[in-house]
Amino acid sequence: MGLFDKDLWSEVFSTLTKNMLRTILTTLGVIFAIIILILLLGATTGMSNGFNKIFAGTAANSMFMWSQSTSIAYGGFERGRHIDFTLEDVEMIKRQVDEVELISPRIQLGDFGGTSSVMRNGQSSGSSVYGDYPTIDQVSKKRIVEGRFLNQNDMDQAKKVCVIGVDTYKLLFNKGENAIGKTIQINGIYFSVIGIFKKNDNINFEGENAVFVPFSTFQRAFNTGDKIGWMAILVDPDKEVSVAETKIKSLMKQKYNVHPDDIRAFGSFDLSEIFKGISAFTLVLQGFAFFVGIFTLLAGVIAVSNILLITVKERTNEIGVRRALGATPKIIKRQIILESIVLTTFAGLIGFVISVALLHLLDYKFGSSSDFPFTNPTVGIGQIVISFILMVGLSMLIGLIPANRAVKIKPIEALREE
Amino acid sequence: MIEIKGLHKSYHMGSNSLHVLKGINFNVKEGELVAIMGSSGSGKSTLLNILGMLDSLDEGEYILDGVPIKNLNETKAANYRNKFLGFIFQSFNLINYKSAWENVALPLYYQGVNRKERKERAVKHLASVGLEPWIDHLPSELSGGQKQRVAIARALAAEPKVMLADEPTGALDSKTSYEVMDLIQKINDQGKTILVVTHEDDIAQMCKRVVHLKDGLIVEDTLVNQVRASEHV
Repeated sequence: MGLFDKDLWSEVFSTLTKNMLRTILTTLGVIFAIIILILLLGATTGMSNGFNKIFAGTAANSMFMWSQSTSIAYGGFERGRHIDFTLEDVEMIKRQVDEVELISPRIQLGDFGGTSSVMRNGQSSGSSVYGDYPTIDQVSKKRIVEGRFLNQNDMDQAKKVCVIGVDTYKLLFNKGENAIGKTIQINGIYFSVIGIFKKNDNINFEGENAVFVPFSTFQRAFNTGDKIGWMAILVDPDKEVSVAETKIKSLMKQKYNVHPDDIRAFGSFDLSEIFKGISAFTLVLQGFAFFVGIFTLLAGVIAVSNILLITVKERTNEIGVRRALGATPKIIKRQIILESIVLTTFAGLIGFVISVALLHLLDYKFGSSSDFPFTNPTVGIGQIVISFILMVGLSMLIGLIPANRAVKIKPIEALREE
Repeated sequence: MIEIKGLHKSYHMGSNSLHVLKGINFNVKEGELVAIMGSSGSGKSTLLNILGMLDSLDEGEYILDGVPIKNLNETKAANYRNKFLGFIFQSFNLINYKSAWENVALPLYYQGVNRKERKERAVKHLASVGLEPWIDHLPSELSGGQKQRVAIARALAAEPKVMLADEPTGALDSKTSYEVMDLIQKINDQGKTILVVTHEDDIAQMCKRVVHLKDGLIVEDTLVNQVRASEHV
């Protein structure tokens, strides 16, 4: 009589189907536990996917840095001195800070966030105008809806081309009008449009009413020399952004005679901090989901064990008869443990089906909305396998309690019971 | 077939100890039909339980078909019960959610007989007790006499050496009792050794030998002229 003996299973099923209502009620606990476990896991995955979708296209190991004014008098200079970064600084940082992988300097017309007049055929838009290196795309990817982004060729030849945001397009062009190849006027200088971009869902400084021109073109057209506005810095993925940040700042402080404790002279924004926070958040959430799920599952399995205990009590006479007819303790034990496993597994499968359907529904409801970070709330095969093994393992262990109780009953006592 | 020497058994309940069997010597030859009689508390059920390996003995010897029965663990006892003994109970003890043939086939299941053969043998035994039309019925659909006949078929199914009947007619009216005894006599006629515990005289007279127990000792052991139950039916 092996484990795959048909008779063993039919024995198990006939006892379980004997009292269908009780069987179903018993399984409810496990069904709910599995639903909760899978929903929690799926929801966390969905949330994490949602965040990933939002931050897709932005390099996690990046930072932005710009110059401000000093706040401490130092080296013979008064406080409040304004510092401007230059291309020379960029080269210096690239040379001396190993952690840095790439620097994409940027300059803008007017103050940060300020607008310039961009005109076309008498229509005008107050847009931000940036001079950028094509490498900015590696730090923060632009979603190009038409045409292309700036490339190295535009840069080398200082072409008078630009990439405009969809809002700028709406302000300057008629609906449906083809913008690619058309010219617009920025501060009286003509640029031809090569692409239209849409902003990312994530961290975004430019908005959609912005115009990008090659850095080299910007320098010549607006006479800015070597001055830069800020730099987007990509750090080696294996290195810490914060380390690079400190190194760069102290280097720049040295260069510009800034007091070592002056924290206002240079501004910076470490993107990796945000990413770290989010992944820590989702990790904690996932751990929490598993924790809650497992304990709910345990409670469900204990409920099964409880009912089986009652069943054993009710079946005392039957067990006695079986023993008298030659059932060994092992056979009785195995049957009750199998009942426990079958009940739990059956309930687990129902729970899986229901929860997967619910996750689908959630995805259908929230998956496509961009305001709520929730995408594709799936549960990994690994997670399912682990929960399943856990479930079967638990039910086997817990099934031992009623099984041992059944075996402890002496056949004569059991037969005496009516 | 059964040899018992100096059998003692006592039960302990807290500080009280109850000496139930006080040295029983008792032999049963193959093919005998023995009635064990006695008032309640005489120890007849305890004796039957020990014979049925449902209970252990404190002192003495028990040899069944040449096999000394001692130091049994639960598993061994279960195997011996399955192989050597057939039980018939006062309250039938059928499993209520199994059909007649499935009940009869249960001892065969524990012997590892395959399902097809189990059914064949169960049906054969049910036919021999005259229940062929009821093989698929549940116990709840059978009368008391029919239930006891299913139980007898179940006791026969494993082809045991000895059948032990504990008040087999205790829950039946006298007409049905005689029918059941008729069946037991017929089985005995075919050579099966049967022990019947009863407190009814007429039932005891239908056996071939009557053993009286009183206060844990055998006080009388006589051969009787068997009254055929068929005369009363």
